[in-house]
Amino acid sequence: MAGRVSTTDAVWSEQDTTPNAIEAALRRLVADCHGTTAHCVPARTLNLVCVVDREWSGEIANRLRGVGRYHASRTVVCAVEPRRTTIDAQATISVQGDPRPGEFAAMRELVIVHVGERHLRDLDTIVDALVVSDLRTAVWSPHGHPEAVDALTTGRAGGAPLAQVVLTDAAAEPEAEDALEREGELAERSEVVDLAWLRCTPWRERLASAYDPPARRPELHTLSKVSVRYRHDSLVSGLLLVGWLCSRLGWRPDQLTRHGELLRGRARARRGEVELRLEPVTNGMTVPGLAGVETRSDLGTLLALERGEGGLTARRREPAKRRGEDVFEHVWTVLGASRGEPGILGEGIRHALLVDRTFKPALAAARRLLG
Amino acid sequence: MTTTATGQTTGAEDNPLIEGLERLPVHPTVLVIFGATGDLARRKLLPALYNLAHEGALPERFGLVGTARSEMTDDEYRDMAIESVREFSRRPPDEKVLRKLFGDVRYVSGAFDDDDIYRSLGQVLGELDETAGLALNHCFYLSTAPMFFPMIVECLGRHDLADREDAEARVIIEKPFGRSLDEARELNARVLSVFDEQQVYRIDHYLGKETVQNVMALRFANNMFEPLWNRNYIDHVQITAAEDIGIGSRAGYYDSAGALRDLVQNHMLQLLSLLCMEPPVAFESDAVRDEKVKVLRAISAPHEAEVPGMAVRAQYVSGIEAGIEVPGYREEPGIPPDSRTETFAALRLEVHNWRWAGVPMYLRTGKRLARKVTEIAVTLKPVPHVAFQAPEMSTGVRPNVLVLTVQPNEGVSLSIGAKIPGTRMAIRTVNMEFLYGTAFLSESPEAYERLIIDAMRGDATLFTRNDEVEAQWRVCDPILKAWERMPGELASYPAGSQGPQEAARLLTGTTRWRAV
Repeated sequence: MAGRVSTTDAVWSEQDTTPNAIEAALRRLVADCHGTTAHCVPARTLNLVCVVDREWSGEIANRLRGVGRYHASRTVVCAVEPRRTTIDAQATISVQGDPRPGEFAAMRELVIVHVGERHLRDLDTIVDALVVSDLRTAVWSPHGHPEAVDALTTGRAGGAPLAQVVLTDAAAEPEAEDALEREGELAERSEVVDLAWLRCTPWRERLASAYDPPARRPELHTLSKVSVRYRHDSLVSGLLLVGWLCSRLGWRPDQLTRHGELLRGRARARRGEVELRLEPVTNGMTVPGLAGVETRSDLGTLLALERGEGGLTARRREPAKRRGEDVFEHVWTVLGASRGEPGILGEGIRHALLVDRTFKPALAAARRLLG
Repeated sequence: MTTTATGQTTGAEDNPLIEGLERLPVHPTVLVIFGATGDLARRKLLPALYNLAHEGALPERFGLVGTARSEMTDDEYRDMAIESVREFSRRPPDEKVLRKLFGDVRYVSGAFDDDDIYRSLGQVLGELDETAGLALNHCFYLSTAPMFFPMIVECLGRHDLADREDAEARVIIEKPFGRSLDEARELNARVLSVFDEQQVYRIDHYLGKETVQNVMALRFANNMFEPLWNRNYIDHVQITAAEDIGIGSRAGYYDSAGALRDLVQNHMLQLLSLLCMEPPVAFESDAVRDEKVKVLRAISAPHEAEVPGMAVRAQYVSGIEAGIEVPGYREEPGIPPDSRTETFAALRLEVHNWRWAGVPMYLRTGKRLARKVTEIAVTLKPVPHVAFQAPEMSTGVRPNVLVLTVQPNEGVSLSIGAKIPGTRMAIRTVNMEFLYGTAFLSESPEAYERLIIDAMRGDATLFTRNDEVEAQWRVCDPILKAWERMPGELASYPAGSQGPQEAARLLTGTTRWRAV
């Protein structure tokens, strides 16, 4: 589809409107769009409800436009204005691409609802009519508004909640402790997809790969030290990565202690203790996330992964097998393109359709690291 | 002993870090492409490798070695590979990843029957092991003309490249796997004299297509179809693989193959197997392939005298395609003017087992048909009693048809009877449509990406097993032999049409071919 542009836009708007009026308008727009061009068909994948401050809604719209391959089929943006008492809405149906005869193009549905802060506690009663029934619904509230998230993820009168998935970015929160505590609370009732967790996915994959050859698997139980370096705002990614190792390898982590910028602590493994270090990098990393991960084992082996050109630069060192022999050291590139921040958000949207059973145990371990 | 996610058989403990990962680790691997400068390598394999690298799906340590006749240095091959990706990749390449991917590429030139290239190859592979500091798996991809397959395999064996003590050696073989049952058997015998079956990955790229795999998902992940999926409810099945294009630049290959070998023997019989197989015990390579083979074995190989009644072949003549006059097959560049190669083939097959006895399975494929479509249409039996007796009410009552479209619009459509709005009870057929593209808003990976990574991982589920290939040939071979002996002119059809009228004679009862 490269080079093709949006060819169809159908728009409806109304001031001082109601959810039912918006829903009726959406139905008409979909039918009109399909009726005019039969090759335009409604997509039915995921509802994404975004709760944003109105003044920053343009920035959020830009982020959503940049997600690339993965996007929700219906996006409901609730733009919050402090003193608003009525609801205004605009619905747009756009068709990406310029299908040739015999091809089809999927519609994307965007509803922008202007609401007041007073609406947030009961936001589910507004959004309910606007999401496509029986589809998974994710909520993303990048500017806070926890009451809105609670309204959407807590079933009214014991009923099923409107949203099953909460998209979060713990790295965007000022305090890691608060962010992880809130995620723990949300994870009790919803699936949580944390962008900070997704930023460490390539690192988890690489660590899993590095120890996958059968001869190397026993080395996992001899690990004695794990060091993680992260961009100043991405402590949570580091904590989740260490938490993941703890949960997967059966380590019991103690609370980390702070030594200046360095966080240091231990986890108890079956064979002994594992030293844990988390440290922010001082060089100018342009994107949030991890800068490097290093593991050492009792056997004297070292594995270091660093951000590099075209992927991660990996370094493995093994002690000399016999006296007089050199230490064995290899450096190579583990290939992979950077997904960039828009790509991470796209991954978050895609993960809203999946279930990741390893996140909750990693989150629990990460919370123990912070006491 | 267990088989790991990486396809390694080991007694070692599991890797606890792989739980929950979408991309499972693949053992460090070197991919050796024979025919590394050919069309398939340039258009499909190298771009597929790039896309795997882009997504971080390649093994942690990955090496690429190209082998072909053309004299070329490593650097020249690198440039060619980079250009191929830029030209044919499904996504614009990230230059850093692209350069890193091919940064250490190696190239070995020579004739495939020359022992020197295998000696050089052995040396290069040894160097790559040494650089990596561990024994890398070796995957040999035979992307050459089929006549080289047995020769290359035997040379690999002779030069001790076919098995490794502390890693795996695998061979990936492109289609066509033989031109007849005898050739397929001989090729299997020669390949299996060097490699074990577990090391052999016979490519049928159709199986790498997401929508073909979705045939299994539709059948085995949905309870609503299974009760109907048998002779009691299904009237007949039509599998169509129609192309609107001609033979393009493949004249040499196509004229020696024809439609039956090109599409029916492999892809279409795969679709038929997937449609008719019993549910496998698990989605594992042998469990799935066992069930597919049972379907193929339940299809009787026709006697020569039966062939005219169950198979039709034809050749396109000039006609109008999309408003433009196009030449007939014999007027295409590179095609002999007296060619008797079929560009259209249609078959009526029956699967003689408890589930499918008596249900006709119609298969048809052709070049230069009205439109490009690959689909499986399952027509259910009519309702036993039509309650809407008046003709104006009942004319719309038609058997339900479930259509699984593989390309171009991947999806599922079910035709059902519905009341036309109004004061009278009049029925009309309407379609319930489901398009994969609207339910999973993402770009599917190319079939070759999936297949290459599966082969490197050691998962043979989407590859054709030796007995499967032979079972496919057992069905097609007698038809080809009968056609070779059949005198007279071939039936013809105008380019851009629905195919030859003769195809209608295969149909039983009131059945009609679906419109292409």
